Amino acid sequence: MREIKSAPARLLVADDNKVNRLLLARGLELQGHRVAMAENGRIALEMLAREPFDLLLLDIEMPEMTGFEVLERMAADPHLRDVPVIVTSSLEGMDHVVRCIELGAEDYLHKPVNPVLLKARIGASLEKKRLRDLQKEMVQRFATRAVAADLDASGFALGGKHVRATVMFSDIRGFTSMVDSQPPEETIELLNTYYTLMFDAIGGQGGVVNQMVGDGLMAVFGAPLPLADSAGAAVNAAREMMEMLRLLNADRKAAGKPELAIGIGIATGDVVAGYTGTHDRATYTCVGNTVNLAARLETHTKQAGEPILVDGETRRALGKAVATHALGAVQIRGRNEPIEVFAVPVA
Amino acid sequence: MAGTIDAATFRALQDAAGADFVGELVGTFLEEAPRMIAELRSAFDAGDVERFRRTAHSLKSNGLTFGALAFAAQAKTLELAGLAAVKAQGGDPLAALAAEYRSAAAALEALARA
Repeated sequence: MREIKSAPARLLVADDNKVNRLLLARGLELQGHRVAMAENGRIALEMLAREPFDLLLLDIEMPEMTGFEVLERMAADPHLRDVPVIVTSSLEGMDHVVRCIELGAEDYLHKPVNPVLLKARIGASLEKKRLRDLQKEMVQRFATRAVAADLDASGFALGGKHVRATVMFSDIRGFTSMVDSQPPEETIELLNTYYTLMFDAIGGQGGVVNQMVGDGLMAVFGAPLPLADSAGAAVNAAREMMEMLRLLNADRKAAGKPELAIGIGIATGDVVAGYTGTHDRATYTCVGNTVNLAARLETHTKQAGEPILVDGETRRALGKAVATHALGAVQIRGRNEPIEVFAVPVA
Repeated sequence: MAGTIDAATFRALQDAAGADFVGELVGTFLEEAPRMIAELRSAFDAGDVERFRRTAHSLKSNGLTFGALAFAAQAKTLELAGLAAVKAQGGDPLAALAAEYRSAAAALEALARA
C-alpha cells in the first residue's frame, strides 16, 4: 500500500461515547497528530469556532446536537465549510452514509474504525485540504480582494462553466536578448517591477491575472466574477499598462538602460472557466477559442506595429466610448476564416 | 469465559492502541457501560424511543470495539427492533443484555489484567 505521508495536524474528535472518543484520539495521537475531544455536536461547533482545526472526526448519534446537524451548520458557515469532516459511525443502513456525503462529509468510516483505513483517509483528507488552502492562497495572491472574498463566500466550489469574458495576453518584446545582456538579478528585479505595475493596472480595472510565464501574462476580465463591461475594463487596463510602461521607460532611459516594449492582445467571447491542474498544482484558468484568439492577437502586434489589438467582439462591446482603427481582416493561425482586427490608440 | 470476547479483535485492538492503553480503555468501558445500561432501562421505562435507540447503538459500538460479539449482537437487536417492538415482547427484554454484559465484563477484566 502506498504510504500517505501526513504532516502532524490539529484534529477534533466529536463522539458522545467516551470509549470511542478515547480510542479514536489514541489512534490519531499515535499517528503523530494533536487531538482535542468534544462530547457532543454543540461542543464540537463551539470548539471549531474558537480555534482552527485541520480536520473533524464526527460521530452521528449524539445527544444535544447530532452529526447531521453539525454537518449542516458547518456547510452554512464560510469559516467552517472548508474543514474536512470524516464521519465515524456504526449507524446501520446505506442511506445514512449517503446523507452524510450529501451534507458535505469528506468520507465515512464504519465503527469500529480500522486503524490502517483511518490513517489513509485522514492522510487523503488533509492533502485535499492542503490543496484547497493553496488554491485559496493563489487566488488571493492573483485576484483582487473582491474576487477572492466572493470565491471564499461561495466555498471555492467552482467547477467548469461557460462564461462570457474578455481575455488579455501581454508580452515584453525582445526580452530574451535583454536577459542575455544584463546581470540575472537585474532581470528579476526588472520583471518584479514590471509585474507590480501591470498587476496594478489590471487589478484596478477588475481583471484577474491568472498566468505568468516568463515575461508574458494572461489576465481575465469578467470571470470568476462578472463585470458589467469586461471589454471596456480590459481596454482601459491595457491603456493604463502602456502609461505605466511609459513612466518606467522614462526612468530606465534616465539610467541609461534600454526601454521596454510590450504587445497586448484582447478578445471577448465565451470561455470555459474553472480550476484546473494536477494533484500538486491547481489554478483558476480560462480556456477556449477566445483565449487562443487573444494570444494570437498579442503575437500579431509585432507584425501590425501596434501595441494594443482587439477582436471584433471587443470592438462591438466598446461602443462609441473608445475610438479604434480597423486593420481589416487578418488571417490568424488556427482560424479558418480571416478575422477583423482593430488597433486601440495608446492614449 | 474467554470465549465471550473475540480474541482476534481484542489482540488487534491491543496491537493498534497498545496493551496498556487498552487496559485503561477497558476500565473506562466498565465504568461507562453500567451507566449506559441504566440509561437504556430508564429510556425503556419512560418510553423514550430516541434515547433508547441511541443508547443501544452506543453499547453495540463499544461491544464491537472490544470483540464482545454476543453483547454487541444483543444491543444491535434492541437498536434495530426499537422500543415499541421490544416492549411488545413483554417480560424483561433487557435482562439478556445485562447478562451478556456481566460475562463480557468479567472476561475483559481478565484479559486486561493478563
